[in-house]
Amino acid sequence: MEFLGEVVAWFANPETWSGRNGIPIRLWEHVSLAAAALAVGTLIALPLGMLIGHTGRGALAVVSIANIGRAIPSLGWFGIVFVPALNLGLGLGFWPSVIALVPLAVPPIVTNTYTGLREVDRDLVEAARGMGMREWQILRRLEIPVALPVILAGIRTSAVQVVATATLAAVIAGGTLGQLILVGINIGDEVQVFGAALLVALLAIVTELSFAAIQRAATSPGLRDRGSAAELSV
Amino acid sequence: MQDASGAVVAFEHVTKRYPGSDAPAVDNLTLTVPAGEICVLVGPSGCGKTTSMKMVNRLIEPTGGRITIGGEDIMSLPAVELRRRIGYVIQQVGLFPHLTIGENTAVVPKLLRWKADRTRKRTDELLDIVGLDPARYRDRYPNELSGGERQRVGVARALAADPPVMLMDEPFGAVDPIRRDGLQNEFLRLQSRVRKTIIFVTHDVDEAIKMGDRIAILQRGGILAQYDTPAAILANPASEFVERFVGADRGLKRLSMGRVRDLDHIEPVIVRSGEDRAEIRKRLDRSDELTFALLVDDDNRPLGWIDQHDLRGDGPIDPGAATPGAPTVEPESTLRDALSAMLGSSVQLGVVVDERGRVAGLVSVDAIGERLRAPVRGVDGELHEVGEADATS
Repeated sequence: MEFLGEVVAWFANPETWSGRNGIPIRLWEHVSLAAAALAVGTLIALPLGMLIGHTGRGALAVVSIANIGRAIPSLGWFGIVFVPALNLGLGLGFWPSVIALVPLAVPPIVTNTYTGLREVDRDLVEAARGMGMREWQILRRLEIPVALPVILAGIRTSAVQVVATATLAAVIAGGTLGQLILVGINIGDEVQVFGAALLVALLAIVTELSFAAIQRAATSPGLRDRGSAAELSV
Repeated sequence: MQDASGAVVAFEHVTKRYPGSDAPAVDNLTLTVPAGEICVLVGPSGCGKTTSMKMVNRLIEPTGGRITIGGEDIMSLPAVELRRRIGYVIQQVGLFPHLTIGENTAVVPKLLRWKADRTRKRTDELLDIVGLDPARYRDRYPNELSGGERQRVGVARALAADPPVMLMDEPFGAVDPIRRDGLQNEFLRLQSRVRKTIIFVTHDVDEAIKMGDRIAILQRGGILAQYDTPAAILANPASEFVERFVGADRGLKRLSMGRVRDLDHIEPVIVRSGEDRAEIRKRLDRSDELTFALLVDDDNRPLGWIDQHDLRGDGPIDPGAATPGAPTVEPESTLRDALSAMLGSSVQLGVVVDERGRVAGLVSVDAIGERLRAPVRGVDGELHEVGEADATS
């Protein structure tokens, strides 16, 4: 109980909220880094997933390569970008951190986009083609809207992972809430370590809930399960 | 009959060979579907009926021969433009689940870049045509509809851009048998208005007989076994294969094809409650075909038969004496249903009634028998004696 009191006191302390190591700046770094990594990851993963999902070709290769992102531990990616970033004179911080997070952001989006598109009923695709839709129209007007809930679920998974893992960017000077944890460990301040970790957890939950809300709002009412209503006949 | 808005579809020596397969899926198919008629492609699985149909909108490209629509080679247009001019209805209906009924119906108009108000007007009109109130259905989603309703939307969608030709791939296959019959009737009524040229695929010979103006029976290897009107195929199967395929009950199937309206009606002796017996006896004696009078109510609806026995003596007839249960048939009833109703009744006459149940005439069992023995009109427009070209003779 005493520890919890100290955590509350830490949050209540104005110093915690001000300066270079204050929560607002670190939180902003955290969110902007995660957003950038998710954006870059989505830009890579969506077209790739759509290509293999629509054509059904090259799926094994692409999904395998994407999964390497999962096979290498997250911290490993920060190590991998560390050396070239220094050697190429890019410096450390934001962009190397983005690059380290992208391999983590890509696999869920590629996999879900691919799966979502493949799960679209082949009869629907044939009906669309038979009505005179071009291939990209089939993708844009049928496959993507029908697969949207699955695609968004992939982006959601990706976002939560990236938000949680962005903490590690502190090790290559990327700042973020991880910086507060790192400093806390260095000076032996368990309260700060715990408080910052709590913030990361909260941010991950907020991310999860926001994306779930987006997913619901973006799903056509026709794709929501209406239970037995669909079975009733008039 | 209204002018056909359809176009002639002609297969000329059309062949489809799939790579890696020796036997063709469709072998040298030549047939012409006149504008505004339904041509049913029917046969066992592997007979190439679906392949033949899908070559018309080039979902499958022929490897030989040519197909023309209204005299124009289908290869002269880009495939997507060709397809936008051909309505397409598939078994699973294939409505887009994320779009409303209105949006589903508007898919092809949208591809053709119609203006929004023209599209809206057309979709409302179409929903109305297929019997779905636009105000009630326009903004609903496919998962809120029954199978039969979805099927109607599928037809509306195929008709959206008023294509001259429609392809229908087992369109009623996903509907339960009870509702299928109703939807088939509804579609035939719709077709009598729109007069499209329709290529209709089914594996069900009864459906083929019911829906087809003409039937192409295909056998394994994509060989055309017979192409004729349903009546001519049933009366004179061209081969043993066709005879087996249409089934041993083809006599009954021919009954299913005929309608009560095709029979010669007998003028009934109509009787109302309170009429004089002697007067009725006189009228009945004048008829050489009838031994029964038909008792009707004030609205001319049949109540029952009055026989000679009920007419003995004088004074007004007793309505209670009538033998109830005169079987009623409608002009649209099949001869098979009519016969069944008549055989189940003591008086082997059927009362033809109009849509309000009023008496329009009588038909007899004999008339049905005569009808079966009458010559049958073939695809060549000539009348052929029944059994004339029978494969077994």
